[in-house]
Amino acid sequence: MSGFARHRRSGRIMATFTGFEAELLRSLAAQLVELLRNEAAVPQDDTDPFEALMDFSGPTTAPEDPVLARLFPTAYPSDEEAAAEFRRFTEGGLRDGKAQAAIAIIDGLEEAGLPAELTEDGLMIDVELEPPLAEVWMRSFTDLRLALATRLEIEEGDEEFWAALPDEDPRSQAHDIYEWVGYLQETLVHALSSR
Amino acid sequence: MSAAAPVEVEPEVIPDESTRLAKPWVTIVWNDPVNLMSYVSFVFQKYFGYDKKKAEKLMMEVHEEGKSVVSSGSREEMERDVQAMHEYGLWATMDKQE
Repeated sequence: MSGFARHRRSGRIMATFTGFEAELLRSLAAQLVELLRNEAAVPQDDTDPFEALMDFSGPTTAPEDPVLARLFPTAYPSDEEAAAEFRRFTEGGLRDGKAQAAIAIIDGLEEAGLPAELTEDGLMIDVELEPPLAEVWMRSFTDLRLALATRLEIEEGDEEFWAALPDEDPRSQAHDIYEWVGYLQETLVHALSSR
Repeated sequence: MSAAAPVEVEPEVIPDESTRLAKPWVTIVWNDPVNLMSYVSFVFQKYFGYDKKKAEKLMMEVHEEGKSVVSSGSREEMERDVQAMHEYGLWATMDKQE
């Protein structure tokens, strides 16, 4: 586990993953894409049934899934109507952007040599990203961490709880993965800031 | 800064109703237990073009006080900022200037 670093001469952002790590990252990104496309982003405006049927522009109520609700927060907490309008015009595009960013991670790993199915032992994946693409990865790491944290119900100042969890608790392994993506994110921010 | 100008007595600036209303909306970023401090500061520099010092001050405000007003302007401008913050995974809302 080495994280991201900036190559001094080319300015590219580089990282080396084991086959196992690359596969894990791909699987997390793929799950995020699935989630973003799963719960239909459809309007649920039932004020006028005909109008609702004729309106394909976007959802007006917050997603039920807590991960999606965190990824697409309500912009106007005390104005339901304005919040619905904002959501109608932004959520579709935000969903697409986040899905495309996660797909960029999958594509990047596969272009760097991650096979469709990992069979070879000792495979190493060298990723080299131009800074703009590295920023896309950085944004998507945020989404992945928000998704994991929401599922794990991570809260401010709960480090001791996680440290005390026995290894056999399934949440413990998921929390390790959350920390690992956090480490990748931290090194990536640092690599992008050192320009 | 250029050459010295004739000394003028600056009238004391009192913010009146018209300047207050020129920026009637604000974007608020809220603390969450997930986003890294380095990342939040990076986003403030990258998106708003704030220098490192200002970005870190706002980030610390979010971290320590639970929220921070990160920009102000017209309603349309603030909707753009809130949308951009959501793109970056920050928890942002907007409100009328107090």
